[in-house]
Amino acid sequence: MAIKDYLRERFFPHLWCSGCGHGIVLNSLLRALADLGMSKNEIVMVSGIGCSSRISGYVDFHTLHTIHGRALAFATGVKLSRPELNLLVPMGDGDALAIGGNHFIHAARRNIDLTAIVMNNRIYGMTGGQYSPLSGQGIMATTAPYSNIDYDFDTVELAKAAGATFVARSTTYHTQQMTKMFRQAILHEGFAMVEILSQCPTYFGRKNRAGSAIDMMESYKENTTPIGSKSKMENPDLIERGIFVQKEVPEYCNEYDKIIEKAMKGR
Amino acid sequence: MAKPKLKEHIINSEWCKGCGICVHFCPKNVLEMDDEDSALAARPTDCICCKLCEIRCPDLAIEVILEKETE
Repeated sequence: MAIKDYLRERFFPHLWCSGCGHGIVLNSLLRALADLGMSKNEIVMVSGIGCSSRISGYVDFHTLHTIHGRALAFATGVKLSRPELNLLVPMGDGDALAIGGNHFIHAARRNIDLTAIVMNNRIYGMTGGQYSPLSGQGIMATTAPYSNIDYDFDTVELAKAAGATFVARSTTYHTQQMTKMFRQAILHEGFAMVEILSQCPTYFGRKNRAGSAIDMMESYKENTTPIGSKSKMENPDLIERGIFVQKEVPEYCNEYDKIIEKAMKGR
Repeated sequence: MAKPKLKEHIINSEWCKGCGICVHFCPKNVLEMDDEDSALAARPTDCICCKLCEIRCPDLAIEVILEKETE
């Protein structure tokens, strides 16, 4: 299936800014689905609010555009009632880890079979460039004109600690790696979290003098390294990319079926 | 396996927002921006069909079409 067949072409060109990394995430995600040969009818995409969450309007699957931070809660409901469907839950950094922080850790803890995608551009783009819990210290934002003093979350460490059974990270520069990760995350049985570093040239880039979308993608090339590489030991500031966790643990919907069977015994 | 052979680049200028990512990351410098800030395949004969432009395009505006392999 060509990736165009997965699109709602009537809504294009999309509303993301020129050079926005979210378009690259959409591009790679569709390629992963095409590689897996998935049909549109077996995919449900649930998103919340924000630039990133507009993604559900552009794909021709079953889609739910829900409320801020609650995409994982809606997705949990869909998955429990129709466990045969594949759930994709793209979220922004603020959507996933500020407004929806609790839903994020508890979905990970339950190990429900969803694919959560955190499109991390380290800022709230849609509302005008406020800092998010992933901006980090020293970052400039509309709401931090003298620089931000908050420490940032490490999405990967958070997902690991919350019990996610598949945890990975890549960037919009590393598109082939990203596509491969999406394929593995979708095939994984249990809660899969993939964090993608995605550039926001309009707000994050401009406020922090990070240059154009191209410069920001070049910086992903320079500032990231594969897990356990030698350069990480020499320069601890590098961000690691790759698959951090991949393990098999009983999945929530299967366990729930067992409980139903137990309760219905003899009837 | 034979080398993939280029048929054409299909660039949807209605969708292209002119970010220049394809032009910058093309290893063979095949693409250019035109007068209206839309991508253009200026040197298609240099194309090695790696499709890096197609997979990195945030606007999903480029398709690299290959010649069907003949026996």
